Formats: sequence, structure tokens, C-alpha cells
Amino acid sequence: MKKIIKYVIIDILRNKIMLAYTLFLLVISFSIFNLEDNSSKGLLSMLNIILIIVPLVSMLFSAIYVYNSSEFLELLVSQPLKRRSIWLSLFAGLACSLSVAFFIGAGIPILLYEATATGFMMLATGLILSVIFVSIAMLAAVITRDKAKGIGVTILLWLYFSLIFDGLVLFILFQFADYPLEKAMVGISGLNPVDLSRILILLNLDESALMGYTGAVFKNFFGTQSGMFLAFFVLLLWILMPLWLSVRKFGRKDL
Amino acid sequence: MIIASNVTKQFGKMKALDNVSLKCNKGECIALIGPNGSGKTTLIKTVLGMVVCDSGFITFNDKNILHDWEYRRHIGYMPQTGRYPENMTIGQVLDMMKDIRNNKNGTLDDELINRFELGALLNKRMRTLSGGTRQKVSASLAFLFNPDVLILDEPTAGLDPVASEILKEKIIAEKKKGKLIWITSHILSELDDLVTQVIYMQDGKLCFHKSIENLREDTGEQKLSKAIATVMLKSGK
Repeated sequence: MKKIIKYVIIDILRNKIMLAYTLFLLVISFSIFNLEDNSSKGLLSMLNIILIIVPLVSMLFSAIYVYNSSEFLELLVSQPLKRRSIWLSLFAGLACSLSVAFFIGAGIPILLYEATATGFMMLATGLILSVIFVSIAMLAAVITRDKAKGIGVTILLWLYFSLIFDGLVLFILFQFADYPLEKAMVGISGLNPVDLSRILILLNLDESALMGYTGAVFKNFFGTQSGMFLAFFVLLLWILMPLWLSVRKFGRKDL
Repeated sequence: MIIASNVTKQFGKMKALDNVSLKCNKGECIALIGPNGSGKTTLIKTVLGMVVCDSGFITFNDKNILHDWEYRRHIGYMPQTGRYPENMTIGQVLDMMKDIRNNKNGTLDDELINRFELGALLNKRMRTLSGGTRQKVSASLAFLFNPDVLILDEPTAGLDPVASEILKEKIIAEKKKGKLIWITSHILSELDDLVTQVIYMQDGKLCFHKSIENLREDTGEQKLSKAIATVMLKSGK
């Protein structure tokens, strides 16, 4: 398995996209922190960029990479290797390189300018989000055989997680404004890793006071140690569930 | 060595393999023959575990191949169209396969690499290769690890006459070592001096599995191409 991970990472490193992504994140992070005189304000601007860009790049890159390495997968499957270890190595290679790119591009500036609890939280959620979206993209790519369709599906999924889901939640909130939904919102936020990450970071900033009563409920729940652990557990599930499904699917796929 | 029992595989509505059962032993050299789309490649891919059959099972050395992967160590496979990571060089692909297969006990058989003169092309990227050179790489890889079973899917398609003669000599040499060899080909004349048995497939069904002597007797033809033509005409009626 180590050997396959090695070949996947070498192949990804040869790809200039990864370098471009790292540089892009670096430029954005440094410019944001240098524009704002108050670095915690900078962190807030970083938040929105991270929550939009990281899932998009992780997902698109992984999906395209899986499709482009179909020859590689075909070659490996006919060799004495377990299908599961082939697929997990591909996942490990993608997750590692995207996480490292995020760490260098956004993590180092965060650590330089804002090495606070909030900064660390942002770093952690950014890394987890990178891995979550690799896992989701690989599931989408193993289910859809056609490349164009598969990439379309990943873009739709990204739209869903970063825009449509919030729209749906707002819609529900307005429709059921007469009911006490604050507690239910905690559960609903677990259905979207992007929202969950946003809440985890916002609660560390003072701006959470702006979220009204729901914010207070969130603070009560996620502010505690056990709530935080639960939130990270849910994020972990967002990595493991799609990964497990895609491993099963790949195990029976005809190549 | 390889036993398939009632293997069935469906792609959508089409039955690619319909209740195929067969038995192959060491030292046999088997020709898989049949019209286009008769399920030859699907059968090969099921044996390799690249396609998972819907029902029935395949055993390799008396072990079911489902959920097994170690058995592929004993198979050298040359695909119909070799697909390799496009931006790797020939040398990198060869090194990667050596690294992955990692057979400590067996010695590497690089005869084909030398005879095809791939050594001079080691730095060429896979995407720049012609179809014939790709086939040479595929053939070299199939024979490289000295496997007990060789599965060759249209080995000589796209090879120039010199190269296909080299490959044929190599196949005969390996056959003499008592290996099980499967060959599919549409050029029946080149199979004449290679094969000992013939499997004929049509529409996913295995029509017959005979030794070449029996086939010659039954059809009254000496040449394999003529014998198969007789069979095809008969089944067409």
C-alpha cells in the first residue's frame, strides 16, 4: 500500500495544479492579513474564502484526478493487489497532498499572523474539510462512469454544500418561524460539514453574538468540550462514510 | 488450474457471458476464438478479477478468486489495448511494476525487453508511444515476472512482422516450460503451430472446448482457420 501511495503522490506532485493551488492560497492569505490592520478581522475574511475555495478545489481536483488515473487503476487491478488498498492509497495520496497544500498555503500565514485558538480551529477545520471533500468526490467519481457527468455531479454537490443547503435551511426557518427550531438547528448543521466548520470557527470569534438566539444555543452546545468533540466526530463521519461507501462500490466495479 | 463454473455476466440487457464453464490445466496452450463481441475479453477479465461475475464462480489452483488477490501473482496479462499512466516513461512503468510485484524468489525474465530493444526507449513517455510500441511494453510486462499462467488478449495486433515473430517464439518457449497459456486472436493462421486446445465462443456462450486434434478430425480440415470457418458456417445455418 505504501508503494502505491508513493506513486500517487509523485504523480500529483508532477501536476502543476497543486503548486498553483498552494501559491494561490498563499497570495490570498498574505494579502488578507496585510490588508486588515486587525488580524482577527483578517481571520473572518479568511473564513469565507476557506469555506468556499477549499471544498471546490478539493472536490474538483480529486474527481478529475480519479478519472484521469483510470488507466493507472486498470493496470493496478490486474496485478496482485487488493482493490481496497488500491482505492485507499489513492485516497491517502489525494488527501495528503491537498492537506499539505492547504497547510502551506493557508496554515502558515494563519500561524504567523494569528496563532490563537481561533486560528488553530480554522487550520484544523480547513484540513478536515480538504479530506472530507476528497472523500465525497471519490464517491461521486466511482458511482458515475462518465467523466463529464461525474465532474458535473461534483460541481453540483459543491453548490449544494456551499449555497443550496443554506438556502434550504433559511427557507425552513422562515416557514416554521413560529416553532422553536433553535435546538433542531444544531442537528441540521451536522448535515453539512461546511456549515459545521463555519459554526465551529465563528463561535471562537466574538462575532457569534450577532447570531441571535440560535447563536446562543449553538454556543451552549458547541461551546462545551463535549459539544466540540461531538462536532469533530460528525466531521470525521463525513470523511469515513463516503470513503467506506466508495471502497465498497470500487470493490465490485467492472473495469 | 483454472476452473470456471456457470459464470454469467450481464452488461445491462446484454449477456456478455452466459453460463460459461471450463477447465484448464498446466501445459495447455488454449486459443480463445469467436466473433467480435462474443465475450472473449470479458471472460479474460473475469478470470483476472477485473470484472466481477453476476453468478457462478472461478477457482484458481482450487481457490475461489472472489475476494482473493494473491493468485494474480501467477498470472501475466497482456491486455488488448494497453492503457498506462500517460505521463510516465517506459522505464518508470517497468520500475513501478517491478516494485509492486516485488517477487523475491523468481528471477526477472527481461528477454522480451531486450529483444524488442525497449532499452533505447526507456525515457519516452507513454503518451508519445505508437500502438505497436505500447503492445511491446504490454508483452514485456506480461512475461517479465515468469508467471505460471499467461493470458494474452490479441497479442500480435499492431505488432510488426519481426516483433510478432519474436513474440511467437517466446510463447512457444514458455509453452515448452509447461505453462498454461490463453491466447485470443483473429489471425487464426498464426495460432496453428501454437495451440493445443481451442475454445470457441459465440454470443457469450461457450460453444465447444476441444483439443486441436479432435477439431481437425471433426471438421476434416488440417488448418485451424479452415476448421473454424467450417464450424462458423455450420452454426450460422
